[in-house]
Amino acid sequence: MTGNLTQSIREFIETSFLFREGRDRLADDESLLAAGLIDSTGILELVSYLESEFGILVLDEEIVPENLDSVSQIAAYVTSKQAAQSIAAVA
Amino acid sequence: MRFEQFLRDSARRLPDKTALITQARRLTYSQLDDLSDELAQGLINRGVCRGDRVVLFLDNSPEAVVSIFAVLKAGAVFCPVNPSTKADKLAYIVNNCRARALITQQKIAHVAADAVFASPSIALTVVADGDAAPSHRGFVHWSEVLAAPSAPMLSGDLGIDIDLAMLIYTSGSTGFPKGVMMTHQNVVAAATSITTYLENTADDVILNVLPIAFDYGLYQVLMAVKVGATLVLEKSFAFPQLILQRAAEEKVTGLPLVPTMAAILIAQRNLAPGALPHLRYITNTAAALPPTHIERLQALFPHVALYSMYGLTECKRCTWLPPSELKNRISSVGIAIPGTEAYVVDGDGNRVAPGVVGELVIRGPHVMKGYWENPEATARALRPGPHEWEKVLYTGDLFRTDDDGFLYFVGRKDDIIKSRGEKVAPKEVENVIYALPGVAEVAVIGVPDPILGSAIKAVVATEPGAGLGEVDVVRHCARFLEDYMVPKFVEFRPSLPKTESGKISRRLVAEAQAGNARDAGV
Repeated sequence: MTGNLTQSIREFIETSFLFREGRDRLADDESLLAAGLIDSTGILELVSYLESEFGILVLDEEIVPENLDSVSQIAAYVTSKQAAQSIAAVA
Repeated sequence: MRFEQFLRDSARRLPDKTALITQARRLTYSQLDDLSDELAQGLINRGVCRGDRVVLFLDNSPEAVVSIFAVLKAGAVFCPVNPSTKADKLAYIVNNCRARALITQQKIAHVAADAVFASPSIALTVVADGDAAPSHRGFVHWSEVLAAPSAPMLSGDLGIDIDLAMLIYTSGSTGFPKGVMMTHQNVVAAATSITTYLENTADDVILNVLPIAFDYGLYQVLMAVKVGATLVLEKSFAFPQLILQRAAEEKVTGLPLVPTMAAILIAQRNLAPGALPHLRYITNTAAALPPTHIERLQALFPHVALYSMYGLTECKRCTWLPPSELKNRISSVGIAIPGTEAYVVDGDGNRVAPGVVGELVIRGPHVMKGYWENPEATARALRPGPHEWEKVLYTGDLFRTDDDGFLYFVGRKDDIIKSRGEKVAPKEVENVIYALPGVAEVAVIGVPDPILGSAIKAVVATEPGAGLGEVDVVRHCARFLEDYMVPKFVEFRPSLPKTESGKISRRLVAEAQAGNARDAGV
């Protein structure tokens, strides 16, 4: 499951942002910010993609590098959000 | 007075005060002064002479700030270039100003290498960070360039204040960027005027995330140094929560914004009134803030003075609205900045009555000397003024005044689009798209966007069987254009509307666009 999730997120980032730097490959733990791949409007696109694709609600205070600055961080964040939401739904 | 003298004065007055805070390091005024001396002498040692142009191809870093002052101290002229600029355009700029040296950073050194390869004037390329052994042949690492602190520093004839301080390239309607020539006197006049109305002092802590290759961001550096304030320099507004946290930690008093940042800031749902208790002022320029955003900012920061301003690179800043006037004139950009004049004229250059739309003209010591080696463009912008002995700046922007003389922006005379606060010449984007095989016709227009102000849209007609898609156009643009110029939308049509003379009409394309948007109810 996480593999698919990571794959989807990677595809989104590669098609939306990667070409800006004339590259075709991105490491899972590479910082999007340091690589110059994402800016303030890019983050907004990423957030709306995550919300619509994975059915999560991204809170403003969660839009921080620890959650969204690399493919693996984004995947871990989405996984934990989905888990939290399904627990909330059961409760 | 030459501008670098302000750094020397601040370093003498406040040697141990923090001048610059970045995530990587902090520099005191005395460190900033010493480092820029060492780089200046290093540049001179490697052949940079008085009047030479030095391109700064750097993001918001301590090295960029040091470089600005080092170039000035060496008697040379700095030319900041946005770090997302691609090699072809960088080469154009380097060749246009016949730069002697270029300072860059490892991440974009490959772009610099491609540009420098095509630029015979460049004698020195410095890499400001990363490994001590630069990856490109002929490049020199920063640490090798710095003169030893014990070496004799900066003697001899290094210039006077009517020499050029900087050359800032700005988008031209022809599609080729033009170098705006600013002397030390120009920069000192603009910085003095702005710090006067913002009431800046050495107690200010200014947080700047705007690129310092953009004059609004650049002046945050210059003005902070002039008054001996502290500058918190950040690279990106991608994570606004992080910036708010930095602002709180560093007790920031001044926050310069463009409308895109303001829109993102006010959308932060966890931001409550009373946040950033030390904040004294917010400024906005580059494009107008929608009144609803002004009201929201005022509600979030009730104790903060909000300055609506307007300007263009050719004179740095034209007008400011005193915050006390905001309530009654929310859509005005105010009055001329202190020590200057701003007035509206008709087609013959005569001043018009309040309420009449005309072109805004600027008169003052902040007006540029012209465009670098471009007398035709200079003659269009700088024209005879009220006195025989002077030239004044025609802004190309349409304005009107109210009965009290406050100015209101009406529109541009040309097709320049403001997106994310940056000027985009449709022609420059169209030229790039025309180079894509299969493109028959293209028009680039701005469409309203709540975050960007205007979003760039390319309307394209392809040759039969071209098989081009939106992604192809966007990818192609991203290879050759700065990020903010890359179209957000691409629309394909069988053909584009023309004027009677057969020229593609951006106006008709835009009108059809607006009609579609109305029909769709968006």
